Amino acid sequence: MTGLSLVDKVTIGSALLGGAAGVAGSFAVLRRRSLVGDMLAHASLPGVCGAFLLTGSRDLLGLSLGALASGLLAIGLMTVVIRYTRTKEDAAIGIMLSAFFGLGVVLLSRITRGVSGSSSSGLNSYLFGEPGNMVDSDLTLLLIVAGMVLGAVALLFKEFKLVSFDADFARSQGWPTLGLDLAMMGAVAGVTIIGLPIVGVILMAAMIILPAATARLWTKGLHTLLILAGVLGMTTGAVGIRIAKGYPAGPMIVLTGASLFVASLLFAPERGVLAKLVEESRLRMRVARDHLLRSLYELSEPALPRLDAVPRTRLAEHRHVRWWTLQWLLAWAERGGLLEATDDEVRLTPLGLRRAAEATKRHRMWEMYMMEFAGSAADHVDRSADAVEHLLPEGLLVKLEERLASEGRMPAAVAPVPASPHRLREEAP
Amino acid sequence: MIGTLLAELRFADLWNADGAWIVATAAATNAACAIVGSFLVLRRMSLMGDALSHAVLPGLAIAFILARSYSLGPLLIGAVAAGLLTTFLTQTLHEYAGVPSDASMGVVFTALFALGVVLIHRGISGVHFDTCIYQGSLETAPLYTIEAWGRHVPRAFVAPAAVGLLNLAIVGVLWKEFKLSAFDPALATTMGFSAGLMHYLLMAMVAVTSVASFEAVGSILVVAMLIVPPATAHLLVDRLAPMMVVAVLCAVLSAVLGYVLGVWLDTNLAGMMTVAASGLYAMAVLFSPRYGLVSNVVGNLRTSLRVVREDLLAMLYRVEELGATQQLALADARRAVGGGLLARWGLRALLRGGQLSAAGQQVQLTAAGREEARRMVRTHRLWETFLVRHLGMPLDHVHEPANRVEHYISGDLRERLQAKLEATDLDPHGRRIPE
Repeated sequence: MTGLSLVDKVTIGSALLGGAAGVAGSFAVLRRRSLVGDMLAHASLPGVCGAFLLTGSRDLLGLSLGALASGLLAIGLMTVVIRYTRTKEDAAIGIMLSAFFGLGVVLLSRITRGVSGSSSSGLNSYLFGEPGNMVDSDLTLLLIVAGMVLGAVALLFKEFKLVSFDADFARSQGWPTLGLDLAMMGAVAGVTIIGLPIVGVILMAAMIILPAATARLWTKGLHTLLILAGVLGMTTGAVGIRIAKGYPAGPMIVLTGASLFVASLLFAPERGVLAKLVEESRLRMRVARDHLLRSLYELSEPALPRLDAVPRTRLAEHRHVRWWTLQWLLAWAERGGLLEATDDEVRLTPLGLRRAAEATKRHRMWEMYMMEFAGSAADHVDRSADAVEHLLPEGLLVKLEERLASEGRMPAAVAPVPASPHRLREEAP
Repeated sequence: MIGTLLAELRFADLWNADGAWIVATAAATNAACAIVGSFLVLRRMSLMGDALSHAVLPGLAIAFILARSYSLGPLLIGAVAAGLLTTFLTQTLHEYAGVPSDASMGVVFTALFALGVVLIHRGISGVHFDTCIYQGSLETAPLYTIEAWGRHVPRAFVAPAAVGLLNLAIVGVLWKEFKLSAFDPALATTMGFSAGLMHYLLMAMVAVTSVASFEAVGSILVVAMLIVPPATAHLLVDRLAPMMVVAVLCAVLSAVLGYVLGVWLDTNLAGMMTVAASGLYAMAVLFSPRYGLVSNVVGNLRTSLRVVREDLLAMLYRVEELGATQQLALADARRAVGGGLLARWGLRALLRGGQLSAAGQQVQLTAAGREEARRMVRTHRLWETFLVRHLGMPLDHVHEPANRVEHYISGDLRERLQAKLEATDLDPHGRRIPE
């Protein structure tokens, strides 16, 4: 490991940190405890200062143990406050965060005033992150913590999964949810504290939250989520520190992660903004087409079964849509072979008539349903049918048809099917 | 301890004009924060205070880069813009993209803060914005003065004082709107003023307050003062207006205490004020008359002692009723009410109060004690009668509930029971109900 250059060491280190933070943070995000990471990061400061005052050295292991101790104390006090007082969770997190951090600032200023030398300057890196200080032993420590986090997650995957998604059920099944919760938070605490000297107090929260929140946009499965969050975290750490040249490293890592998040927010399938927009516009198009076809049907209805051409002007009057919207819709429908259009007339094709009849049937059936079952007045059903006809389940339509057929108001519901033109295989007797 | 502390304090150092200005600046800041913070704590959005006070950084940086000055106007505009953007993004991510609300807050404010740090690094050289943002420079606040109200006033005092008054004015004018949207946003919306709008207004106030406070005290004290004094007040009182008054008092007290301790220990004043505020909160957690942990324990202990005393009296009365002996061994009496420390204390209190008299190792009721015991037994048996007659409970199931309830039935209620049950001499077990 000593053969590595500083740049490589730092890159590997922050990639390791990112990966471990992504995996541990996934559980914090799922458990709605994202900001506990923020609190832990702040609460570790008095521990760091206390450890420095006790040992007088900047050895990462010693400082980290101090940080871990005060972080765990903060979590313990927070739990007590939430459990036994009327202070709510959000305020409890905020109080522990500021109380411990305030104490840390007090200790820090004592240290810097007392020693005022190079030995204390390293403590400032805990506030803003200073990855350039990384030495071999730090890298080893990172490797050990990352390994421990991965090991714990692999070992307790089933239990963590249950507690993350349904803690009450887990308790009713006899799992030690408190212990499991503590194990999860312990993993978060370990990663947070190891990460402090690299990205700093405030931005450590981002390392915990960002990869998991990003991965969550892409997947629903916990397995994939964990792997993805780990990979995203590693990428964020490595890329962020590489492009940081001349800029503060912590913020650059976080901005890299934030860019990945924004990109995912835009482009992720299903949950992404673009995917949602596409889906929404598809629905709108379908709705517009259905409405157009129904208008054409209603305008052609008097002459049926003969298919008369409908003047565009009449159609525009009937549809109440903007002229260019109508032209565009007509062109789209023509490409689909649903109608034939000339400059001033439109005529449904047989295929178009079939589709138009279906759309009109759905609309009228829903109107009937509203009038007969929901008791709506005849002049109030058109609009509500407009809104809902495109989303009606087919099963409901069939039921309505059957009902109308049994009352003799419609021909029998089964579609007319001609006999098979070839011999069907006989059933064995 | 207090003595040595006072001896070490050099009051000449403490109470000079500079010291007074430092305390005044911090007190104004803390009070301004506590006013808006009360609503944050009540609406369970305390962490929005933390998030906003970090997320205004890019707004400040851009305002500074564009205006090239520290004047408050552009900085405030930048801060409000960044604050509203944070609020909007947090909500939109949560509602539209399905990111959990805490995670969306965490994503937005850390990303904006990182952006702010990078912007500052790029655009503003030689300014230690970051350290200043963290710890403030309360110690040097009196050095930079401006002309205000016809005299020299520290610059750092003017902004928070003005913002504090502004907060007070806004809260005063929109009192019932704030109140309603803090406790029941849905009702507020149905009543015709938008709770969403109030939310944005509150967030803008938090952003302005943070920025006005940054220069003097730094973000750490802002976050603390937005959350800790209101949470302390919430443990002490129930109504909104007193809660805000108590919160402001706690905030000012933290400034004074923090200053005194900070000077004594020669350390960072803003940090020490945070520690002082947290200390006040810890005191409230332990000793709040209504919600304190210690107060609750003491209250429970007192009730348990009363129950033990009353059980002892009632037991001795029943022993007398049997007629065999009027005395009971101390040890037996103790054992009969569960033994342990509570029984020992209860017995001692009764002996001291003159309800029991002791002869050697034997105890017996005095006249006063017998009177009290008679009332207990009467309540007990009336309640048993009531349970059997009116609630139809079986005979062998009424002793336990009566044994518990007898300690909480007042004299008035007892006589009403008697009236309801009409001429009753015997309880369901056939024992006489004493007059």
